[in-house]
Amino acid sequence: MPQRARSAILSCLLLAVVLLAWHVGTLPKGGAAQAVDPEYARLMGLDKPKSDGLPTPAQMGATIATQLSDPFYDAGSNDKGIGIQIAYSLSRVALGFVLAALVALPLGFAIGLSPLIHGALDPFIQVLKPISPLAWMPLALYTIKDSTTSSIFVIFVCSVWPMLINTAHGVANVRRDWLNVAKTLEAGTLRTAFQVILPAAAPVILTGMRISMGIAWLVIVAAEMLVGNLGIGYFVWNEWNNLSLSNVIFAILVIGVVGMILDFLFGIAQRAVAYVE
Amino acid sequence: MSASTFLQVRGLAKRYAAAAAPVFEDVAFTIGRGEFVCVIGHSGCGKTTILNILAGLDAATAGEVVMDGREISGPSLDRGVVFQGHALMPWLTVRRNIAFAVKSRWPDWPRSRIDAHCQKYIDLVRLTGNEDRRPSALSGGMKQRVGIARAFAIQPKMLLLDEPFGALDALTRGAIQEELVAICAGTQQTVFMITHDVDEAILLADKILLMTNGPKARVAEIVVNTLPRARSRHDVHHHPHYYRIRNHLVDFLVHRSKLLQEGRAEVAANEESPRVVMPGLAEGDEAPAAPRPALLKQIK
Repeated sequence: MPQRARSAILSCLLLAVVLLAWHVGTLPKGGAAQAVDPEYARLMGLDKPKSDGLPTPAQMGATIATQLSDPFYDAGSNDKGIGIQIAYSLSRVALGFVLAALVALPLGFAIGLSPLIHGALDPFIQVLKPISPLAWMPLALYTIKDSTTSSIFVIFVCSVWPMLINTAHGVANVRRDWLNVAKTLEAGTLRTAFQVILPAAAPVILTGMRISMGIAWLVIVAAEMLVGNLGIGYFVWNEWNNLSLSNVIFAILVIGVVGMILDFLFGIAQRAVAYVE
Repeated sequence: MSASTFLQVRGLAKRYAAAAAPVFEDVAFTIGRGEFVCVIGHSGCGKTTILNILAGLDAATAGEVVMDGREISGPSLDRGVVFQGHALMPWLTVRRNIAFAVKSRWPDWPRSRIDAHCQKYIDLVRLTGNEDRRPSALSGGMKQRVGIARAFAIQPKMLLLDEPFGALDALTRGAIQEELVAICAGTQQTVFMITHDVDEAILLADKILLMTNGPKARVAEIVVNTLPRARSRHDVHHHPHYYRIRNHLVDFLVHRSKLLQEGRAEVAANEESPRVVMPGLAEGDEAPAAPRPALLKQIK
């Protein structure tokens, strides 16, 4: 049996074990054999099986089925389908990410090409890079005065660093030989930048973009929990306030799957620009 | 400076730190138009640095290089370089690697003309059928041939080769050497080439520059290859001059390159220009029957 098939079987087995453990863990607790008036029991909800709040796998399945059956419903500002929430989150991530790329790629080029600029900007980068993007949130809210724009700004801040650092690194480490070829052929600055340095550094740059996208997707959930109104992060927080844990778990699964798809897409882009030396 | 002198190097020196001894100094030689010149010397004598200065990629600390009446002061399409490690761009196909060079030379050419020009040189180095492969799919010898095609395709006035066959196995090397002989004979190309291989130098070069060891390396001798120019690696070693020249070169590399560096040998360090020797000729031999005019002038 090929390795892949064996791995797949093992994966399914693990999933089954987890589901089973979950099922056993959330079984209704029996033995509430107190003699009470049936009417009183009905009023207090004691006739229903007692649960500790966590949904059983079966309830979870039902939640997933209802959510996915109509992902784009819109029943007011606090009640929108998961598809709409994801679309909002994705659009914010995309906007913040594209803005970050517009800044990070040219700046990374400049840093990679010029030791002077590298030396001048490095202290700032070293200080700004480790700051949690969410720490910017109050400042963003105060200055921008718009929650959506603030969350886009936070995405921008968190995705700019990996792209910047990788672009600078990739550009600075283009093989001397290729630059010499361009020089001896009297290729112009722009032609060298776009036809030699860019393709040579592209794999490293795309690795940076992939890391940035991963971080942006992590941060958007937290940012939306803070700023509220729409998006998958807000959805999680709202369902927590509704004490609907099955919806929270559902949202967690969706966040994971969307993140995986984003990463997969960047993996494809990475393979497209990869080269074998 | 004779009329056929194409490239003149005078008093060239390079030091990497002001306080350090120069890697080489007082390097002087000339190359005639259409001449094939090889440089031999041990590692560290600055051969590659000299080539980079000729290419315009590096600057000399002292001295000057004049090519075709103009001083070299930066890279130019007049000089095609074949790099030690082929330096092909791995994300481009064979055709596009050469096209990058052709487009640099003739920016106004339409794509069809560029492609046709590339094809001519791909055929010349016998890589027909590999146009759309990437360098990673080629053998070492094929990659080096693409590098040669790229350098030839811009039709430079001078070709600079930095140990182009160093990484190849003997069989491949022999085949490409013969191709290079044929191409150079056909195009009357002026060539400056670095090599470690004594036999390669005798096969290819009209003139062999011998460098002493670094630091403070110099061109100690210019060996004139007195073998007739139509050389083939199959019979070149049967010529009576072959082993005399070869022994001279090997002797130089084994003993004299070090002695000369230390100033203990017959050539004084302050001698104006390197002496020209013709070890191929035995005592009383006539100069080669029909030496090429460039060489003859040099000797006189």
